[in-house]
Amino acid sequence: MSRPQPDREVAVAVQKLRLCYAKRGRLRFASHRDFQRALERALRRANVPMAFSAGFNPHPKISYANAAPTGTASEAEYFEIGVVEKVDPDQLREVLDHAMPDGFHIVDVVEASTPDFVARLEASLWRIRLVDVDGEAVRAAVAAFLAEERVEVDRATKDGHRTLETRHVVVSLDAPDGAPDDRGRPCVILTAVVRNETPSVRPDDLLNALRLVGGLALVVPPEVTRLAQGPLDPQAGTVGDPFAPDRAR
Amino acid sequence: MSAPTTDSRPMTPNTGSVFSRLEELLPLVSKPVQYVGGEVNAVVKDWDAMNVRWALMYPDAYEVGAPNQGVAILYEVLNEQADVLCERTYAVWPDLEALMREHGVPQFSIENHRPIGEFDLMGVSFSTELGYTNMLTALDLAGIPLHAVDRTDAHPIVIAGGHAAFNPEPLSMFVDAAVLGDGEEAVLNITAIVRQAKAEGASRDEILLRLARTGSIYVPKFYDVDYLDDGRIRRVAPNREDVPWRVAKHTLMDLDNWPYPKAPPVPVAETVHERMSVEIFRGCTRGCRFCQAGMITRPVRERSIDGIRAIVKGGLEATGYEEVGLLSLSSADHSEIAEIAKSLADEYSESQTSLSLPSTRVDAFNVDLANELTRNGRRSGLTFAPEGGSERMRKVINKMVTEEDLIRTVTTAYANGWRQVKLYFMCGLPTEEDEDVLQIARMAKEVIKAGRIASGKRDIRCTVSIGGFVPKPHTPFQWAGQAPHEVTDARLHLLKEAIRSDRDYAKAIGFRYHDGKPGIVEGLLSRGDRRIGAVIEQAWRDGARFDGWSEHFRYDRWMKAAEAALAGTGVDVDWYTTRERTQAEVLPWDHLDSGLDKEWLWEDWQAALDADSVEDCRWSPCSDCGVCDQMGTFIQMGPTRTEEA
Ligand code: SF4
Repeated sequence: MSRPQPDREVAVAVQKLRLCYAKRGRLRFASHRDFQRALERALRRANVPMAFSAGFNPHPKISYANAAPTGTASEAEYFEIGVVEKVDPDQLREVLDHAMPDGFHIVDVVEASTPDFVARLEASLWRIRLVDVDGEAVRAAVAAFLAEERVEVDRATKDGHRTLETRHVVVSLDAPDGAPDDRGRPCVILTAVVRNETPSVRPDDLLNALRLVGGLALVVPPEVTRLAQGPLDPQAGTVGDPFAPDRAR
Repeated sequence: MSAPTTDSRPMTPNTGSVFSRLEELLPLVSKPVQYVGGEVNAVVKDWDAMNVRWALMYPDAYEVGAPNQGVAILYEVLNEQADVLCERTYAVWPDLEALMREHGVPQFSIENHRPIGEFDLMGVSFSTELGYTNMLTALDLAGIPLHAVDRTDAHPIVIAGGHAAFNPEPLSMFVDAAVLGDGEEAVLNITAIVRQAKAEGASRDEILLRLARTGSIYVPKFYDVDYLDDGRIRRVAPNREDVPWRVAKHTLMDLDNWPYPKAPPVPVAETVHERMSVEIFRGCTRGCRFCQAGMITRPVRERSIDGIRAIVKGGLEATGYEEVGLLSLSSADHSEIAEIAKSLADEYSESQTSLSLPSTRVDAFNVDLANELTRNGRRSGLTFAPEGGSERMRKVINKMVTEEDLIRTVTTAYANGWRQVKLYFMCGLPTEEDEDVLQIARMAKEVIKAGRIASGKRDIRCTVSIGGFVPKPHTPFQWAGQAPHEVTDARLHLLKEAIRSDRDYAKAIGFRYHDGKPGIVEGLLSRGDRRIGAVIEQAWRDGARFDGWSEHFRYDRWMKAAEAALAGTGVDVDWYTTRERTQAEVLPWDHLDSGLDKEWLWEDWQAALDADSVEDCRWSPCSDCGVCDQMGTFIQMGPTRTEEA
């Protein structure tokens, strides 16, 4: 480059905030990139005093934790932002939620006061609504899956395929009947607690595993929601609140 | 059973949203987010409380259509009316189309997923002829009969607009009406007529007649076309009393009174332009003879500095975009552009908002402007459009740029830190020879040579981008024979060889081009007459969709369709494309008045053949193109008047 870098003043972040958002209804079809663009615009519309990175192409300081796949809804997605002026977390939640498109909702904000946040997102609680299926057949598939030690599935990737072991990350898996849908078709609600590992096992991998070991066949695409993400209580097998340590201080 | 209403409004269907049925199909298609809406600033109104309901379609994928400025403007203009609702719809990709057919899901609006067949009006905005087939898909999916004659009072009135509807004849069997020119006042006029007619319980035919009588809305069925034995048109005449012989285009004056869009919908899906666009002026009188957009939008009407600043400010607040685009046909030509650029750069350069100004003018001033707009940003690439490869070609097309201008301009650009220069040219222009196109290779080398000296670096680049020329209606080249695609392709091949042959430069020069075949189909559609409607329908039935996308376009499909549909007419694809027309010939669009005097266009065509130039009427005397006189318009330019105390 013949020109020097711009000597723009880079204001340092004086505060970090952790935000929990939900992805609901029709916006569950948004990809993570779609969410990022929507968030950056909402931050501008809401006049949040964002900190920016230096350089020719300054970016607002936002870091995202593991995002739910495109097509799945979620009540528990997380990101962190840096701001150059202190803001009140509750007020931020309100104005930012208001500025987001309907379907993305800011549900909780805390000031970041502890390290290692992402490490706290140990497991996810998934709710998978299966429509037009037989409850007994689903429960039989679940039992077959849980009886296995390893269940490997194939996942299509950009450059081919890879195998993924799904059984060891599944902490619990239930399949109670749900209420019939608006067209009177029977429903089953799969509920799963799954460890967040890399590579992550996603709900479609899980359904794939149930198809392989238990013959689960779906005609209607399932409706998937991540209900929670957080520390795993190994005894109870439940997913806790990842903001708890920040709130405690 | 519906309860009797005390309301005078006729009962209209209200199926409500089809989203729950669509929702189950979405996990099965690519990029489903484009179909869900949910945009910030999208307008949602109470369907039952409205008197007039518009569906506006941009006949391409959402990613291309959503940023369209014309639709964004009309969307707001219509929704600002208290009793009017306007929703948008886009072309669905073939994967979703197949599923919608299988599951009986109709073409839907993005906002509330309403069936398009239940709206009163469907407006389709065409930027390119290659969108025609996508309208047919939408009509068919909506359950609206493809042929206007088969529609009843229960169907929407289908109206075409946009630049590629300035010759609506090829669409005449599919649309009920067409609007030429600026849409803002036109849609309000149409709304007023439809509102009144609905209240009176008028029939579809009566509504169309009222529209036609305005003299500014074209209703094809009220005109008959007679042909001569050799296939040319003998006469186009109205078939009802009090329907005018010619239909005039709309021209919006005083753009400052129309400050739209104020708050355009912000897509959740990724689109081709992610920015707040502001049209800084409309029209262009540079007189480039190939340019339909310039010819049909005369005269120039500028927005004031204050008007522009207000739209930028309000728009950024309403959308949260980080980029502002200052749009027009040649943005550096605004009479106050230097002040506009400076004041916006002063105001926004510290707030991480970038400014862009699409302008391909070949002069140093244009580089200065680009410098101003990138004070702190990255200087990656600049685009200039000499359009013609040789000095002679540039005179033929009335693009008054000399090679010295170009070299001086790129020298300034490279010296100011721009690393890449893109040059736009056309191939297949009237009177063009191989030698004219080969000059492009020589010029590109000169550009690199000058750039290496100016920047003191060897790694600068220049990209040559070439499009095939397609003669368009309402331009001086409307009589020209289009170059056969074999000729275009052969010339492009020669040029590629010439660029590659010199090893010292080959690596620094990029070459982008398209083969000539899509241009022939575009040419067939743009200068077609009513007989081309059958070709469009046949191609569509054979699977033509998204013809502007190379991965979907099939030349052979179109040629086969043309052969079948034109059998027995005595005319064929060559007749419409490569044939040069004579002065006496009745052109299919002669009854559609763009304001340009046909005599003037013919003289300009003759001047082109003599390589004579015409000046721009903004800074030279009026050249009597006929527009201002015919349309009662005049040039509106700065300086911006500031209020005196
Ligand atoms: S009539 Fe004259 S002033 Fe008006 S656009 Fe044509 S040349 Fe320009």
